[in-house]
Amino acid sequence: MPQVTLTVNGKSASVEVEARTLLVELLREKLALTGTHVGCDTSQCGACVVDVDGVSVKSCTMLAVQADGAKVTTIEGLAAADGTLHPMQEMFREHHALQCGFCTPGMVMSAIDLVKSHPEGLTEAEIRHGLEGNLCRCTGYHNIVKAIAAAWPLMHGKAMPAAAE
Amino acid sequence: MNAPFEGIGASVRRKEDLRFISGGGHYTDDINRPGQLHAYFRRSDRPHAKIVSIDTAGAAACPGVVAVYTAADLAAIGGVPCGWQIHSKDGSPMAEPKHPVLAEGKVRHVGDPIAVVVAGTRQQAKDAAEKLDIVLEDLPSVSSVTDAVAPGAPRVHDDVAGNICYDWHIGDKEGVDAAFAKAAKVVSLDLLNNRLIPNAMEPRAAVGDFDPMSGEYTLYTTSQNPHVIRLLMGAFVLQIPEHKLRVVAPDVGGGFGSKIYHYAEEAMVTWAAGKLKRPVKWTAERSESFMSDAHGRDHASTAQMALDAEGKFLALRVSTLANMGGYLSTFAPAVPTYLYATLLAGVYTTPVIYCEVKAVFTNTVPVDAYRGAGRPEATYLLERLVDTICHDTGLDRVAIRRKNFIAPDAFPYQTPVALQYDSGNYIATLDAAMKAADWAGFPARRAAAKARGKLRGIGMSTYLEACGIAPSKLVGQLGARAGLYEVANVRVHPTGSVTVFTGTHSHGQGHETTFAQLVSDQLGIPVSQIDVVHGDTAKIPFGMGTYGSRSLAVGGSAMVKAMDKIIAKGKKIAAHLMEASVDDIEFKDGKFSVTGTDKSRTLGEIALTAYVPHNYPIETLEPGLDETAFYDPMNFTFPGGCHVCEVEVDQDTGITSVVNFVAVDDVGRVINPMIVEGQVQGGVAQGIGQALLENAAYDAEGQLLSGSFMDYTMPRADDLPNITVGTESTLCTHNPLGAKGCGEVGAIGSPPAVINAVIDALKDFGVRHLDMPASPQKLWAIIQSNRPRMAAE
Amino acid sequence: MYDFAYQKPSSVADAVKALGAEDAKALAGGQTFIPVLKQRLNKPSVVVDLARLGLAGIKVTGEAVVIGAMTTHGAVAASAEIRRAIPALANLASMIGDEAVRHRGTIGGSLANNDPSACYPSAALALGATITTDRRAIKADDFFQGMFTTALEPGEIITSVSFPVPAKAAYMKFKNPASRYAMVGVFVAKGPAGVRVAITGAGQGGVFRHAAFETALSANWSADALAGIATPADGLNSDIHASAEYRAHLIGVMARRAVAAAG
Ligand SMILES: Cc1cc2nc3c(=O)[nH]c(=O)nc-3n(C[C@H](O)[C@H](O)[C@H](O)COP(=O)(O)OP(=O)(O)OC[C@H]3O[C@@H](n4cnc5c(N)ncnc54)[C@H](O)[C@@H]3O)c2cc1C
Ligand code: FES
Ligand code: FES
Repeated sequence: MPQVTLTVNGKSASVEVEARTLLVELLREKLALTGTHVGCDTSQCGACVVDVDGVSVKSCTMLAVQADGAKVTTIEGLAAADGTLHPMQEMFREHHALQCGFCTPGMVMSAIDLVKSHPEGLTEAEIRHGLEGNLCRCTGYHNIVKAIAAAWPLMHGKAMPAAAE
Repeated sequence: MNAPFEGIGASVRRKEDLRFISGGGHYTDDINRPGQLHAYFRRSDRPHAKIVSIDTAGAAACPGVVAVYTAADLAAIGGVPCGWQIHSKDGSPMAEPKHPVLAEGKVRHVGDPIAVVVAGTRQQAKDAAEKLDIVLEDLPSVSSVTDAVAPGAPRVHDDVAGNICYDWHIGDKEGVDAAFAKAAKVVSLDLLNNRLIPNAMEPRAAVGDFDPMSGEYTLYTTSQNPHVIRLLMGAFVLQIPEHKLRVVAPDVGGGFGSKIYHYAEEAMVTWAAGKLKRPVKWTAERSESFMSDAHGRDHASTAQMALDAEGKFLALRVSTLANMGGYLSTFAPAVPTYLYATLLAGVYTTPVIYCEVKAVFTNTVPVDAYRGAGRPEATYLLERLVDTICHDTGLDRVAIRRKNFIAPDAFPYQTPVALQYDSGNYIATLDAAMKAADWAGFPARRAAAKARGKLRGIGMSTYLEACGIAPSKLVGQLGARAGLYEVANVRVHPTGSVTVFTGTHSHGQGHETTFAQLVSDQLGIPVSQIDVVHGDTAKIPFGMGTYGSRSLAVGGSAMVKAMDKIIAKGKKIAAHLMEASVDDIEFKDGKFSVTGTDKSRTLGEIALTAYVPHNYPIETLEPGLDETAFYDPMNFTFPGGCHVCEVEVDQDTGITSVVNFVAVDDVGRVINPMIVEGQVQGGVAQGIGQALLENAAYDAEGQLLSGSFMDYTMPRADDLPNITVGTESTLCTHNPLGAKGCGEVGAIGSPPAVINAVIDALKDFGVRHLDMPASPQKLWAIIQSNRPRMAAE
Repeated sequence: MYDFAYQKPSSVADAVKALGAEDAKALAGGQTFIPVLKQRLNKPSVVVDLARLGLAGIKVTGEAVVIGAMTTHGAVAASAEIRRAIPALANLASMIGDEAVRHRGTIGGSLANNDPSACYPSAALALGATITTDRRAIKADDFFQGMFTTALEPGEIITSVSFPVPAKAAYMKFKNPASRYAMVGVFVAKGPAGVRVAITGAGQGGVFRHAAFETALSANWSADALAGIATPADGLNSDIHASAEYRAHLIGVMARRAVAAAG
């Protein structure tokens, strides 16, 4: 069986897996990182989104062997060592952007990537479009959109450019 | 020092969120037991077929396979029971064909489980399941209710004639006939309520475990009501007594009704764990969820309203065919009867109503309660009918509603269809919603849209629902096979912190916060000192779970009752400690004090005394401070309100955009406004989904065409608008909190508001009605076929 | 999915060799292939990962935009150079799937797969692209051969795609409400090879050129030029979201919008 060596949340891991093992299966079943969820089998819900080498990826649509040598960050790896939450986590709580919490890990990971990749600011419509790959059945998205808009200034350390608001 | 206000009415941030935003949630699929095996279900890909033979040898020989089971192995266990019995017009009980755990002799819908493979890993079980040699012989099938009741339709169950589960009615047929005979005007409408797939984001999962030493079974499952599952599965399917069966529903990723029911997979993994003496786990793949989670809605109805010359409603006549699917799911029979027909008065004074309902078996996935359950169907029918009356008569949509509203001073109000409403003010919610939506300013917006080439429409729905289910005696008379009270255990620990055990279940509703606020409010201790425990039959005395927006109204009321007992006992202890009469002790802000003195004891001090009873009235009072209450509601609760939707339709493509949505609801007492707002927004999203996007489509052969997210349109962020939520509350008069419930109002009130808006947008095209979902294709076809006529006019 | 052997060669030659094995399949971004494997619709013996062949990259000259097969949709969408040369191409890439899908999915995978509802095939056909493989160059006109079918031989690997820079071009996509793939996608271009209009998402045989639109636009490049031209519904797909007639109608709407957007 192939051996996969990768860094997950700053820790190195080396695991033997069947070639058909998905990255999400490696995370959940081999590394017991169950924060990353599986909500579909057609790559559409985004519950499984993690960060691979700096970009958001659906971990249900990537083989574990493809992640050999990669740096992976999951929802469990967002908070600082002292427990300080990532601003996106904080804003999700502050704005009641989650109910059952099942979509939340993927939603937070996608949202962080969205804000990072838009240093010029984000309009409400852009945030909604940016969440195209993440389904939430509970919130109606209203508060998720609010939370992401609120996290933008915290992540970029400045006010959202007026034009984008 | 001023502590932040955390009591009733505060938008306290949720206690449960820390684990969910950190990846620390604990869902069923996150559970792995030592020595665990994995189950994979081989399901029917045919809608209706005879099982000619099943050869399991090939599968059994595959690597890692421990066992393969078919119905032949399950002879000793019962079928999946139904929890509600309806009687037909003629007094006969409903047809209740067996719902086997694995298909016996026949498969009745795509997704019907035929066999299960248990193996070392999920992949091994799935690999082996392919090697099952199953020979099916196709039978003719039916998927729509209208086809199923047609003469000569294939029978889903050989012994159920005409596929009729029951033929039920309610109301005054003669009275209605008489009123119609005298009516100045009769307006009729045929309408469909589209079939929906709940699609909670967490797929169902179950882990069965068995301890041969104690003989105790444990089932971890994605359930909204673990005690109900224990009762149904233990008593009816597996014959395991309650004390040997523990059911745990840990964090559950959304339910919306679909996780109320007892499912075959739960029984299967529990039974197999006992047989194999090893834990057995099953997690649904999404494609399995589509064909095995109970679906919702699926009604075909005809509605007729008799009116006088001024537009006053004289009588309502409704006839409905309700799809039950291939088998009866747990609460399915109750949905189109006591959760639907009894709601047909709505917010109106219609004096006589008659409704008949035929429940129909088809070769489709079983249908049961989905968010709102029956009430959305009733609301949709009424609110579409009201707008259709305006279409036909030219009466004003707002004026006709006001004219027929039950007046604010008419409560308690007895409807002609069994329910007695305790409180409400439909004028107040209507006025507030119209103001928030700027109804008056709409013509200008329509004109502006027209200038941009868009068709703009506005629509409303004024609705009412019955929830907080339900008085046990009443539902018993109506056919429920269980009581619907709720249970709370309030445990004050020796140092004054509190754990509350509730029989309700939170799968997104935020009970850990709302209930803590309730306790904080009553006992005067901070929210941080209170933990709420739910979802484990080993910890919680009993409970009926969460559905029908009942958790606060019924579960919260049980909690209040338990706290009343805590306070009563605390007073006795305080009286002893402060050498006063019990009657002179008052409890306020977490302190027991002797009236008229400055003597007081905190709840913590009283608790410590209760557990360390050195100085204690031990002859008359037991130690400890731990009380349980069962609360059986006196009536349903009746939330209601007004939803206003504004849309724009793109004529070229038929795409409808919701540009504004306002919901003003009367949900009774609000404990946490932030959570209420979130509940309403989520419900409205599902309602907009039903109205514009979602549809579980079967083809004529019984194949599910929308069997994945590739084909079933789930509402996404860019499909939805911001949703403005307001509350205009009147209090429930019969529960101690005055709470009514907010979990379903969004999904109940919104669909007709959306469709009424779409039809308003299409005003110039002569459209009287269209069935949900108002998809781009449908609207384009309407615009297309009406355009030439307009041009000719 | 079924298990398979996994290889990650470091040269195109080695990859071609590995793909010579029976039932060997190439893996690019996996955004189509992995879902297919999960559904057990494909049972490869060997999966050959193309990630280490150095096939990612964008080169823009005055006349052409050349995109390496392993370049992701995200990279194309974000490329300032492409935005300058063929903005329609960057826009198209930005409309494929969602952010996470765009971070993995590649242009080579999309073209090789030739899904009838994929976006890129319309750009390749309308812009008259040339698809370069490990062994030859194939004109887009010859490349697409019906849905999920291309001119690629077994084991042949796309290495890059070259798009001639057009004077004007735009892509308009009517998304399938559920899957968000193209239910109808129209790419219009006025380029070195004349006016070309390619339609994706609609045809039973996959992407196709719209001769009537091309003739009309060649005479008069304006949305109005398309006004009277109806597209026949014959040969178009029909499903729960759109009948063939509705698709035929949308082809007209999207084409007019595309021409307007192209300026
Ligand atoms: C949720 C979701 C939404 C999507 N939406 C859209 C959309 O709107 N529009 C759209 O166009 N697409 C869409 N896609 C598909 C996406 O664009 C894929 O990335 C693309 O179709 C395939 O590219 P890939 O790199 O992922 O290829 P893979 O999935 O790795 O491979 C696909 C096929 O191509 C073969 N192949 C790959 N690379 C080469 C090569 N260089 N040479 C020869 N053969 C090769 C493989 O063997 C395989 O058969 C979506 C996908 C998902 C998961
Ligand atoms: S689980 Fe990965 S997209 Fe749904
Ligand atoms: S919070 Fe439940 S699915 Fe998003």
